[in-house]
Amino acid sequence: MASANVGASVQRHEDPKLITGAGTYVDDIKLPGMLYVGIVRSPHAHARITRIDVEAARRHPRAKAVITGQEVRARQKAPLPISWRIPPDIQTPDHWAMATEKVHYVGEPVAAVLVDDRYAIEDVMDLVEVDYEPLPAVTGPEQALAAGAPLIHEELGTNKAYTFSAANGDTDAAFSTAPVVVKQRLINQRLAPVSLETRGIVAQYNYPMSELTMWSSTQTPHITRTHVAEMLGLPENKVRVIAPDVGGGFGSKLNILPEDFIVPLLAVIGGHPVKWIEGRSENLMNTVHGRDMVDAVEIAADQDGTIRGVRATIYADLGAYCRFFAAGLPVLAGLMLPGNYKIPAFKVDIHVAYTNKLFVDAYRGAGRPEATYAIERIMDLLADELKMDPAELRRKNFVQAADWPYTSPTGLAYDSGNYGPLLDKMLTMTGYADLRRQYDAHNAPNPAVRKGIGLAAYVEIAGWGPGQATKGFGVANQLFGSATVRVNRSGTVEVLSGASGHGQGHATSWAQIAADQLGISHTQVSVIEGDTAMIQTGTGTFASRSVSVDGAGVHIAAKRIHDKMLQIAAHQLEAAAEDLEIVDGQITVKGVPGRAVSFQQVAYSANVAHDLPPGLEPGLEETAFFDPANFTYPFGVHLATVDVDTETGETRITRYLAVDDCGNVINPMIVDGQVHGGVAQGVAQALWEEVVYDEHGQLISGTLMDYGVPLSSDLPMIETGSTVTPSPVNPLGVKGVGEAGTIAATPVIVNAVMDALSGLGVRHIDMPLRPEKVWRAIRDQSGPTAQGGTP
Amino acid sequence: MKHIIRVNVNGAAQESTVDPRLLLVHYLRETLGLTGTHVGCDTSQCGACTVLLDGQAVKSCTLFAVQADGHRVTTIEGLAQDGQVSRMQEAFSAQHGLQCGYCTPGMIVSATYLLSQNPHPSETEIRHGLEGNICRCTGYHNIVKAVQAATGDAVEAPASRTATGPVAVS
Repeated sequence: MASANVGASVQRHEDPKLITGAGTYVDDIKLPGMLYVGIVRSPHAHARITRIDVEAARRHPRAKAVITGQEVRARQKAPLPISWRIPPDIQTPDHWAMATEKVHYVGEPVAAVLVDDRYAIEDVMDLVEVDYEPLPAVTGPEQALAAGAPLIHEELGTNKAYTFSAANGDTDAAFSTAPVVVKQRLINQRLAPVSLETRGIVAQYNYPMSELTMWSSTQTPHITRTHVAEMLGLPENKVRVIAPDVGGGFGSKLNILPEDFIVPLLAVIGGHPVKWIEGRSENLMNTVHGRDMVDAVEIAADQDGTIRGVRATIYADLGAYCRFFAAGLPVLAGLMLPGNYKIPAFKVDIHVAYTNKLFVDAYRGAGRPEATYAIERIMDLLADELKMDPAELRRKNFVQAADWPYTSPTGLAYDSGNYGPLLDKMLTMTGYADLRRQYDAHNAPNPAVRKGIGLAAYVEIAGWGPGQATKGFGVANQLFGSATVRVNRSGTVEVLSGASGHGQGHATSWAQIAADQLGISHTQVSVIEGDTAMIQTGTGTFASRSVSVDGAGVHIAAKRIHDKMLQIAAHQLEAAAEDLEIVDGQITVKGVPGRAVSFQQVAYSANVAHDLPPGLEPGLEETAFFDPANFTYPFGVHLATVDVDTETGETRITRYLAVDDCGNVINPMIVDGQVHGGVAQGVAQALWEEVVYDEHGQLISGTLMDYGVPLSSDLPMIETGSTVTPSPVNPLGVKGVGEAGTIAATPVIVNAVMDALSGLGVRHIDMPLRPEKVWRAIRDQSGPTAQGGTP
Repeated sequence: MKHIIRVNVNGAAQESTVDPRLLLVHYLRETLGLTGTHVGCDTSQCGACTVLLDGQAVKSCTLFAVQADGHRVTTIEGLAQDGQVSRMQEAFSAQHGLQCGYCTPGMIVSATYLLSQNPHPSETEIRHGLEGNICRCTGYHNIVKAVQAATGDAVEAPASRTATGPVAVS
């Protein structure tokens, strides 16, 4: 696979603009006559709106329009879309862009203002008067499902969204006969994605043409176009969505959220281009949250560590509404829970509820981190119970290479995998056996700073995805890949892709993939993404799908161009096409170096229709739509070593190692970068980050002063390694890597901290493992005297 | 009441009439059109808006434009000289110290300031020196490597999936 193109750490094509400040993010776009949007939001988690008075706001000299929920509702032709409806009997409330009679979470839009001076947005918003009659708030799924809980959506008659179960084998028998059973309740706390660029939209409506153009900081421009058109009642071909440079997403920008209707609506009714840029507090309050699941997990095993069965009950909190993919995330958390292991009896029961908190949806990993955390924590607790080495317990229960084709207990056909050798590689990289001995010796005299090692294996479901399988899952939107490759008259190449990158380096990797097929340098290839007027269809970038689905499309389209160019060259060289190859920009007869025509010459011929074989169409443009046969299942083992100060509760990561198998690799430098960033977000969940609501549904973590994203001084260097097990489900053999680090890192860190505390009687602490919590857990086990008294 | 301010921005003298409540970051972005300086938070945590004021790194969202009156401001657009990007800018690209690019201008400006104060920082000093700049994409690993590379000091790279270094785009 390694050539000058594919497999090389090519420096990124997109960097020159980004390192000089010449990128164009949404807030950098300025149109003549542009007005600015501010959104008035509910300060209550649950309340009836008794009065809205916007007259004073409308009289402000800078105000151009003020609209309320009733006016917005009257113009909205369809509610915000839900793509993933699973199970089919899920109950969902209609989600309109603005509240009209009742608000359901802190931050729900109730009115919007349009002003001609950005600094006057708050001034005008302050003049909008809204009276509320507060109602009791529901802030947790177990509370929401309890008898007599206040109803969030009266029209549903319940706070339940759905229940779902999956089972395989006889779990009752496994648990009643197994010699060892270990149980634990595990909280996967609510998180905020925090892309460094918040969301933002610029919208312009051309009245005579009835055409809307929308620049949006989105991961999914085509999906946005479809649904904005639907909500506004415009024909889809009259809406153009452009994703300019996008400053991160992590899932939070794949959605269709209230502003995706409110802002273009204001462009239509205001008669001017409009801009809305989300503030950071708005972002933390109103752009989707992630996770928020509670798992009660139990595992049954033999004394030698052989797993007999796993049972889990998951409670998931959707927040106030069901967003685009949100319904599927608890299901994924359940279906992926068996992980890398052979589990003869498995059962999961899932209970999903609405509460008076912001809606959750996909955040980096999206269901797989919850699954991996549950199984990898319970595996460590089992190892502890059996006094077995956690690495050996995992190895003993791994699905073996000989087990392929392998179908998991929940019916998922893993594409390929080879878990044992990857674990071996990790243990070698770590110097595991020696380190265990050193740490045991270090901890033996009970020092104040204890050392721990934690590891976790993962397998995830990526490459979303195969159309028929996702239809079976109840996903309504497309997930296939699309790519167009075209060769200009001058011999330069353009790749148009239906993915929509926002930091993943597509401009580089797609160029490498195309150049590899075309026998030219990647520097001759430019990549265009994120414009619905230029790219016929696209799915966008999320769920570790871009390279294995859209990247594969680039490969296929480039191969078609390659074949057509050989046909033309064969005609011109009077040779057979199968005897030709393209090497370094020359199309030559294999083994006859002198008989050649240049890539550029053939590009010219095709684009001017000179010297073409009889009957061949001119032009060099090919489009491929790639619908993979299956998902991909990347896997890996991560490991961390930590120092835990028992006197302060503080955890310091001393080493972090990641060995990942994402199949073949297009650009190792970019893949390493994806792992680094993913690990940072997973570590952050384990140690620091938590969206906090109080019992009234008020958001406590509403700024970056309160929500602890990691700083440079919080993290270590990350050692990366790999094995390569190509995926059989796409022609590149790639699996995807965007979420791997986030999926692995949370159990790794929690396992490491618990390992450091082993012997102190602390069995489990729920994330985030902030110093105060760790200190308390130690104190509660040791008694106040042993730790020097209560504070 | 409007104020007239005179600011040297990236070597060019600017004279502007501004509102007293105009933030420096909005003066740069909206009045002068220098959109390379970004805004990432409301509370001075993220550092995406970092610029140099008389050679010192400051968060331009925490200063009013009028406070820059009579001072020298360098933004990300001012780091390249004669069309050549600075050593720090090149190092960020060569070491893959950026992904989405949104934090990058502020991060590069902060890193440039760090080396102006401490030309050969240790890894710990680099991490401490960049604490005022949040990056959500890279986990900081390659940012630290980029700053190390920009010092010209030999960098001991940790284990990585590839033995070959980045191939330069010619």
